[in-house]
Amino acid sequence: MKNEIIIAGFGGQGVLSMGKILAYAGLFEGKEVTWMPAYGPEQRGGTANVTVIVSDEAISSPILSTYDIAIVLNQPSLDKFEPMVKPGGILIYDGYGISTPPQRTDINVYKIDAMDAAAEMQNIKSFNMIVLGGMLEVCHTVGIENVVKALHKTLPQRHHHLIPLNEQALQRGREIITKER
Amino acid sequence: MEDNNEILLMKGNEAIAHAAIRCGCDGYFGYPITPQSEVLETLAKEEPWKITGMIVVQAESELAAINMLYGGGAVGKKVMVSSSSPGIALMQEGIAYMAGAELPGLIVNVQRGGPGLGTIQPSQGDYFQATRGGGNGDYNIIVLAPASVQEMADFVDLSFELAFRYRTPVMMLSDGVIGQMMEKVVLPPMKPRRTMDEVRAECPWAAIGMKGKGKSVVTSLELMPREMEQHNLSLQKKYAEIRAKEVRFEEYMTDDADYLIVAFGSASRIAQKSIEICRSKGLRVGMLRPITLWPFPTEEIKRLCNHVKGILSVEINAGQMIEDIRLAVEGRVPVHHYGRMGGMVPGPDEIVEAVERMRV
Repeated sequence: MKNEIIIAGFGGQGVLSMGKILAYAGLFEGKEVTWMPAYGPEQRGGTANVTVIVSDEAISSPILSTYDIAIVLNQPSLDKFEPMVKPGGILIYDGYGISTPPQRTDINVYKIDAMDAAAEMQNIKSFNMIVLGGMLEVCHTVGIENVVKALHKTLPQRHHHLIPLNEQALQRGREIITKER
Repeated sequence: MEDNNEILLMKGNEAIAHAAIRCGCDGYFGYPITPQSEVLETLAKEEPWKITGMIVVQAESELAAINMLYGGGAVGKKVMVSSSSPGIALMQEGIAYMAGAELPGLIVNVQRGGPGLGTIQPSQGDYFQATRGGGNGDYNIIVLAPASVQEMADFVDLSFELAFRYRTPVMMLSDGVIGQMMEKVVLPPMKPRRTMDEVRAECPWAAIGMKGKGKSVVTSLELMPREMEQHNLSLQKKYAEIRAKEVRFEEYMTDDADYLIVAFGSASRIAQKSIEICRSKGLRVGMLRPITLWPFPTEEIKRLCNHVKGILSVEINAGQMIEDIRLAVEGRVPVHHYGRMGGMVPGPDEIVEAVERMRV
């Protein structure tokens, strides 16, 4: 098993922490992992992205030209990363603010309206966990139980009371993700 | 700071900080600069002065930090600085003084795009600066190029070992990829800091008072040219010994390779992925990864170039290490370069295309 994943969206959407939680969950499953953020000015107001690789075998490059899974959370990220999904790979996008939806027919396209769901749950911060839940429903990169373990690891103690809310968000994501093609 | 073999997930910059505490480092001096500020931040968070007595100073500038390194080295302490490219440029005077005064010390450069203030994204544009001696005079420093978070941790102790063995500054030449990425790492075991008695025994040259020994003079200044030449000759003898004994490198799939990639640090990681892709296309490509950039694995490249049709130097710069490769190859096979600059990092596919271009 080797999942080469790009997660991309606006700065502030929780893209980097979603990647970090995924990487920690991989660590807990005894897998090889890398987490490589595009650090810098794009974090502040522009687009943010992180490459996460979870693999049974040693990982060579933390930087990739193509991806098995692309999770794109805004239009600029969709435009940039849709062409970089491997044929037969998976693209997951949030419909919020998307004017030009994915075009490719040689990849599996999933839609998750996580922005809307987070608003419904009245907790906009749970957005990234809804997306992660949806992703794991279709990709099975890591087990949900290890994601919860990763939340314990990455969240400061003072935020641990929010973990049940995050679990609900993960569950919500699993329910609402839909396959478009 | 319990001692165990737990596998942790952390950034390369964080690994350097943890490794420094664990290998008995006496002091860190630094001034924040992206992409390496996590070194100082992690040390501040870990508060090693409460654990091992290691001091951590946020200096007022890079010039101050490198001269604190000089001072720490002069009294036989295991001391280090870290910075990124423009900050390292500021430190060159101090590094040359340390080389002249034969002082140990660790300098970590987590490179970013240049020249000048440049960008904050990854680059390997400081190869020349690191391997040619960025300051004045005839000197070299040992340069180690970590290619993983694990090596970021492991090379701290190794650097100190080499720095004291040869009484020379040692540089870890990393970049924003290895500094910022998170990867699995097992931290080195806890080692106590050296006691004053141990420093006295191991560093008779240290300027720590005359008790039990004669006076120690630490300087890079000598007014008599004849004596300065003798000092230079003794430095050159030391550099020859380092060249003979301390070359480190790693080979990857070179046995049957028709084409050889030479790459260090983060570029070697990306190139390794390119080799996986090339091999799946039936292209026999291997890699030599210099771990020490100075001393450079000249003899190994000389040996390997007899078996390959061409060499590709993959660097995240305009082509700097390629000069050392060409000196090793002496025109026997074509040597090409592929790289990006200014903070742009090549993807594996770009390197595959560069290998394919070599074939025609």
